Amino acid sequence: MLEIRNLHAEVGGKEILHGIDLSVAVGEVHAVMGPNGSGKSTLAYVLAGREGYVVTKGEIVYDGKDLVAMAPEERAREGVFLGFQYPVEIPGVSGLSFLKAAVNEVRRHRGQAELDAVEFLKFMRQKLKLLDMSEDLLKRAVNVGFSGGEKKRAEIVQMAILEPRLAVLDETDSGLDIDALKVVSNGINALRGPDRAMLVITHYQRLLGHVVPDRVHVLAQGKIAVSGGKDLALELEQKGYAMLGAKDVRAA
Amino acid sequence: MTGADTDTAALHLARFAALGGEAGGARARAMRRFEALGLPSQRIEAWHYTGLNALSKAALAPFDGTKTASSADDSMLGARLGAGPRLVFADGRLRAELSDLSGLPAGVRLLGLADARAREPSLVENRLDAEDEARAMRALNAAFAADGAVLVLPAGVRLDRPVQFIHFAAASGAAFHLRHLVVAGEGSAATVVETYFGAPRSASWTNAVTELELGRGATLRHVKWQDEAALAFHTASTHARLAGGARFESFVLHSGARLARNEIDATLADPGASCRLLGVTLAREKQHIDNTTVIDHAAPGCTSKEHYRGVLDGEARGVFQGRIVVRPQAQKTAAHQLIEHLLLSERAEASAKPELEIHADDVKCGHGATAGALDEQALFYLRARGIGLERARAMLVEGFVAALVDEVEDEGVRARLSSVVADWLAQAADERLAV
Ligand SMILES: Nc1ncnc2c1ncn2[C@@H]1O[C@H](COP(=O)(O)OP(=O)(O)OP(=O)(O)O)[C@@H](O)[C@H]1O
Ligand SMILES: [Mg+2]
Repeated sequence: MLEIRNLHAEVGGKEILHGIDLSVAVGEVHAVMGPNGSGKSTLAYVLAGREGYVVTKGEIVYDGKDLVAMAPEERAREGVFLGFQYPVEIPGVSGLSFLKAAVNEVRRHRGQAELDAVEFLKFMRQKLKLLDMSEDLLKRAVNVGFSGGEKKRAEIVQMAILEPRLAVLDETDSGLDIDALKVVSNGINALRGPDRAMLVITHYQRLLGHVVPDRVHVLAQGKIAVSGGKDLALELEQKGYAMLGAKDVRAA
Repeated sequence: MTGADTDTAALHLARFAALGGEAGGARARAMRRFEALGLPSQRIEAWHYTGLNALSKAALAPFDGTKTASSADDSMLGARLGAGPRLVFADGRLRAELSDLSGLPAGVRLLGLADARAREPSLVENRLDAEDEARAMRALNAAFAADGAVLVLPAGVRLDRPVQFIHFAAASGAAFHLRHLVVAGEGSAATVVETYFGAPRSASWTNAVTELELGRGATLRHVKWQDEAALAFHTASTHARLAGGARFESFVLHSGARLARNEIDATLADPGASCRLLGVTLAREKQHIDNTTVIDHAAPGCTSKEHYRGVLDGEARGVFQGRIVVRPQAQKTAAHQLIEHLLLSERAEASAKPELEIHADDVKCGHGATAGALDEQALFYLRARGIGLERARAMLVEGFVAALVDEVEDEGVRARLSSVVADWLAQAADERLAV
C-alpha cells in the first residue's frame, strides 16, 4: 500500500531524511521509533505533503500512485491521514463545521453523497460512541484551549470519522493518561483492518502493548537503522537507543 | 477638467452660494468653517494615512434632488430591506413609502430629520447644529444635511427589535450629507442598524454624521454596515455621549466603498459609563478603509474596550487610529484596545496607530496591534484533512472575523453580518480562481 524508496528530504535547505526505504503492506501496522530529532515527524510531514518539506530524491508510492505529486488535500481525500504530534489550534473555527467540511470533501472525492447537518451529527455520534467519547470537545473551536491529552483524543476522533486507508500517527500516545491511552489505542485498533495500513510513530512500548505492530522500524539520523518484529520495541525499551550503536547506525 | 474651481470642495461652496441661504444662520456658519478648513489634507495628523485627492478630483457636488432613483434601483433597494421598524433614504432623502414605522412602543419617536425640523423642531433643537464642529467633514455635513433619521426613546423603553436606518446611493457624481440622531432616555435600550449601500455604478460620496445621546443607564447597540458601491466614497462620524452607567456597543462592518473613513467619538461623561467598539473590515483590490476612534474618559470608573479586525486582500489598505484620552479626574479607568489585521496578499497594507493620552494615575490601559498572513500551520492542518486550499483560507478568515461578529447581541443582525462575511469570502475565492 505504501512504498517509500530511497527517500531524501530537506527542510529549510537542510537534508533531514537521508535515504529511507520502507514498505507497508495493506492490513499491516508498522511502528516507527527513534531518538528525538531523528526525523520521525519529518517523515510524517513529508507523507502528508507539508509545504517546505521538499523531497529531493527517491519516491513515495501510495496505492500505486505518486504521493509526492499530490497536494496535501488530495492526499487526505485519497485516504492518507496524519495524526499530528502537535495538533494546531484554530480559533474561530468550530470543530463540528471543520469536521463536516472535511468529511464531505472526502465523500465527494469518493463519489459519495455529502452529508447534511443532521446526517453528519448522527454519523459523528455513532463514531464517538464507539470511542466512548463525548462531543463536547467538538463543539468548541478546533483544538483551542484543549489540554495536551484532549488534543490527541480529538485527533483519534477525526481519524475515526474520516476513515482513512493509511493513517500516520505521530506520537499520538505521548502525554496521555492511562484512560486516554486506552481510548487512543482502542481507536487505532478499531480502524485496523484488512484494507487499511498504519504507521505509528511512538517512543513507548506501552502503546505497542495495546496496538501490536507487525513491524518495528527504528529511525536514527534520518535513516532506518534497524527493522524487526514486535519484540524489537521491547528490546529497545530495555537497552535504549545505545544498542543501535553496536549495530553501527552511522554507517548503516 | 479638474481644476480648483471644479473640485468637490469648490462645487460645494458654489452650490451653497447659489442656494442663497441666510448669512447669519447655523448652516452659513458651518459653511464658513468648512471653507476655512477645506477637505482634510494628509498634512493634518488625523488624516495622515488617508488621502482625499481622489474624492476631491471626483468633482462631486451636493445632490440637487433632481434625479430620483430608477425602478431598477428601487427593486435593488427593496430586496435589501429586512422586516422591522426602519427609515429608508435614497440619495439623501427619506423615502417614506419604503419606511416602516409600525409596531413601536408608545412614546417612541421615529421620523425623518426634515420632518422633525419642519413639524417638531423641539425634538432636534440644540442637538444638531453644534457650533464647535472643528472638523471639516462634520462642518460640511452641518451646512448641507437635509435629512436623516431621528429616533427618540423615552425613559425605560426597551426595543426588542432593531431599528434600521438605511441609505441607498442611486445617483452618480453627487454627494449626500445625512445626519442621524438617536436620543436614548434614561434606562432605555435599543439596537440601531445603519446600512449604507448603492447602485453598482454609483460614483458618489456619502458623508454621514450620527449623534447618539445615551441617558443614565441606557444601553445602545449601534451596528453599522458600510457596503457602498465599488466606486463610492464614504465618510462618517458617530459621536456618542454617555451619561452615568450608560452602555454603548458599536459594531462596524466595512465591506464596500473605494475609500471609507468611519470615525467614532465616544465621550464617557459620567461615572460608570462603558463602551465596547468592535469592527471588521473586509477589503480587497484597491479599497482603502479607515477606522478612527477617540474615546474620552472624562469621568472616573468608566471602561472602554476596542477590538478591530481587518482582512485585507489585493492592494487594499486598512487604517486604524485610536486615541484614548483619560482626563485627570478619570481615576479607575479601564481602557483596552486591540487591532489585528490579516493580510491575504503581499501587496495589502495595514497601519495601526494607537494613541494613549493618560492624565490620571490609577488607570488600567492596554493596547496591541498585529498584522500578519494566514497561519501556515493552521492552513496545512485543514488541508491535511482534505479541505482544499481556497476553502481552508476562507474557513480561517471566517474564523478570524467570527470571533467579533459573534459578539453582536441581536441574533438576526448577527446572522446577517455572518452571511455578508461568507458572501465576501465566496466572491474572493471566485476572483482568485478566475485569475
Ligand atoms: N524548519 C527546519 N529547519 C531546519 N531543521 C529542521 C527544521 N525542522 C526540523 N528540523 C530538524 O530536523 C530534525 C528532525 O526533526 P523531527 O521533528 O523530524 O524529529 P523527530 O524524530 O520527530 O523528533 P521528536 O522525537 O523529538 O519528535 C531535527 O534535528 C530538527 O531540528
Ligand atoms: Mg516528532
